[in-house]
Amino acid sequence: MELLTPDFGLFFWTLLAFLTVFFILRKFAWGPILKSLSERETGIAESIAAADRLKKEMAQMQNENEQLMAKAREERTAMLKEARIEQERIISKAKEDTKAITDKMLADARLQIEQQKMAALTEVKNQIGNLAVEVAEKVLRKELAGADTQNAYAHTLVEEIKLN
Amino acid sequence: MIVKRLFPLLVAIFTVFATPQNLMAAHEEPAHHEAAAHGDAAHEEEKGFNASEVIFSHIGDSHYWHLFDWNEHPVSLSLPVIIYHPEKGMEFFSASKFHHGHESYNGYHIEHGMKEKIVSEDGASIIDFSITKNVLSMIISVVLLLVIMTNVAKKYKKNGVMKAPSGFQNALEPVLNFIRDEVAKPNLGSKYMKFMPLLLTLFFFIWINNLLGLLPGGANFTGNIAVTACLAIISFIVMVVNGNKHFWGHLLNPPGVPTGVKLLLVPIEIISLFIKPVALMIRLFANMMAGHIVILSVISMIFIFGGISKVAGWGFAPVSLAFSIFMFFLELLVAAIQAFIFTNLTAVFIGQAVEEAHHHDEAHAEH
Repeated sequence: MELLTPDFGLFFWTLLAFLTVFFILRKFAWGPILKSLSERETGIAESIAAADRLKKEMAQMQNENEQLMAKAREERTAMLKEARIEQERIISKAKEDTKAITDKMLADARLQIEQQKMAALTEVKNQIGNLAVEVAEKVLRKELAGADTQNAYAHTLVEEIKLN
Repeated sequence: MIVKRLFPLLVAIFTVFATPQNLMAAHEEPAHHEAAAHGDAAHEEEKGFNASEVIFSHIGDSHYWHLFDWNEHPVSLSLPVIIYHPEKGMEFFSASKFHHGHESYNGYHIEHGMKEKIVSEDGASIIDFSITKNVLSMIISVVLLLVIMTNVAKKYKKNGVMKAPSGFQNALEPVLNFIRDEVAKPNLGSKYMKFMPLLLTLFFFIWINNLLGLLPGGANFTGNIAVTACLAIISFIVMVVNGNKHFWGHLLNPPGVPTGVKLLLVPIEIISLFIKPVALMIRLFANMMAGHIVILSVISMIFIFGGISKVAGWGFAPVSLAFSIFMFFLELLVAAIQAFIFTNLTAVFIGQAVEEAHHHDEAHAEH
């Protein structure tokens, strides 16, 4: 039973040592260590939360990007379509314009040709007329060398006039 | 860094001095001297090896740190003796003055019963404050604790909190986290931070002393009832001081209980309050002492058989060694488990004392 009776001396030293250890460690070890541990834990939790947030933001941005891309693609198609229409319009207008111009040119040319032709014809006619008059003069001069012939001819001319 | 240098040294000191031969010689020796000092002990000499004496002198406290025997003479560290005498006051001298227990000095002499004890020859009741083997072992553990823990704390400061722990810090961190997450948080709830230093100190103090006690030649510090009583009283005081209105109310005036039953219940509750630290005290004491006794018994068997015949002694040695190695591993486990149990139960008791009345409505009704 002696083993079960505590010695006061040992009790005293144990109490002293334990309390010393407790107060020293509380101030210089447990306090800082526990603080560091909880700081680290909150740090890690915050980092994870931040990473999650970033991931979400990234996803959102990607989403937005895709939307923008889709929109751009749509716009491009619309613009291409418009351009094609415009192009067609321009081409057709150009065609029309050219046609009008060419038509006008053709008409002008035709007119001019006609005029030239008429002028040329008039000239020819005149020339022929002159020639005919010269020929007739020469013939007449030969034919009408005598007075009878001149009279006969005058008669015919008169008749011809009547016929006209 | 100091730890690194100190620890192997300590291990070397403790291992070198503990071989089975020394164990045998060591305890025959006091028997001789006792026989010389007190005639009535003469019969012990004839029995040769006395296992119970070996064991009890090992698990008990001593004013010497016995290291080994050399030529039938014990080589031991004589520790300082501090005695409070009601008339003579404090006295301070070395235990070597007793010449290993067979001379008296200054009116005191050492008595070897189940425990080694200094008695005053004038019959006065003295108080022995000596730095005994247990106290010295405890001082070593305290130094180790302080050095290790403050170094670890420094590392946290130096490396910053977000750096991965390394070295001793890495070894300690899971233990710290374990105490916090498995012991403090479940039992103490939101107030756990207030009691963490106490729980951690209790755990590491008990654990390191359990381990130092396991080293060959180590003291049986945590297997001493004065030590466990001290620790149990500390946790009891913390529990009582932190007990809230809800706790005391339920203890002294349980609500919703008829008066007749109250008369029965309240004394039981009060007894149970005091049984808690007693249970703590006895559990640690008995476990650690039992472990030491079993290991020593198994080793003593070699010498008991050796006393019968040399062949039997050598023949039994491997069996005994295997047993004691097994027990040693078991004790390593027990050292941690008992430290954990003591800490955990302390947390449970404090938890009961600080628990808020959240599942009882009468406390709210008062407001």
